[in-house]
Amino acid sequence: MTHFAAVVLFAFFASIVFGITQREKPRDMIRYGIYCFVLFVASAIVLSWVMFLIAR
Amino acid sequence: MRPLLVPGSLFPALVRYSQKGMATEENKNAAAGSDAQPGPKSASQPASQQGFVYLPLIVGWLVPGGGHFLLRKWGRGALLGGSILAMFALGIAMQGKLYAGAHDVLDILGLAGDLGNGLLYFVSRIAGWGADQVMVTTADYGTRFIVVAGLLNVIAAVDAHNLRTGRKS
Repeated sequence: MTHFAAVVLFAFFASIVFGITQREKPRDMIRYGIYCFVLFVASAIVLSWVMFLIAR
Repeated sequence: MRPLLVPGSLFPALVRYSQKGMATEENKNAAAGSDAQPGPKSASQPASQQGFVYLPLIVGWLVPGGGHFLLRKWGRGALLGGSILAMFALGIAMQGKLYAGAHDVLDILGLAGDLGNGLLYFVSRIAGWGADQVMVTTADYGTRFIVVAGLLNVIAAVDAHNLRTGRKS
């Protein structure tokens, strides 16, 4: 399993739990879950680029 | 002689919140300014609001999603239980480490996270699943997956408790 695949799986399952537990209405749960998923994956990509540039 | 302080007479418009949660019938009536007093406890509260308040919290901790199943929230329980179970299973499949003892601060934190998995942790320890030491890179990911699954399970159990008390609908 690649690091990116692990990140995507982690973000997917964690976002489901965050969406259900942090919002009350189903529509808000879905929206917040998607929001968390995008933030997880995007921040992982940005941080990995930052670490790559620092390590060069 | 007239009493100096009559309860409720000095601040008749004061909204008094109960300690049972934010979305209870009493709080809704109080916030709406209704003077109607709720009836007896058995008549005003549904059957799901009676009994041991912490049962969904405990069941939710022991079995991922179990607290929501107990409250008949089948969809939420299935999604929560499935997600947490999948994360835990992925962690085990990646040869993640199950923390067994507390040798330093990081081990204590890891053990606390693992214990959040409830019965999954104890069954895995008894069955001998998980690695004793991290040998490969994916095992490090797996260790984090197991710890985070436990922490998410605690969040789910607290959510079930909030549903039970009426703090969340």
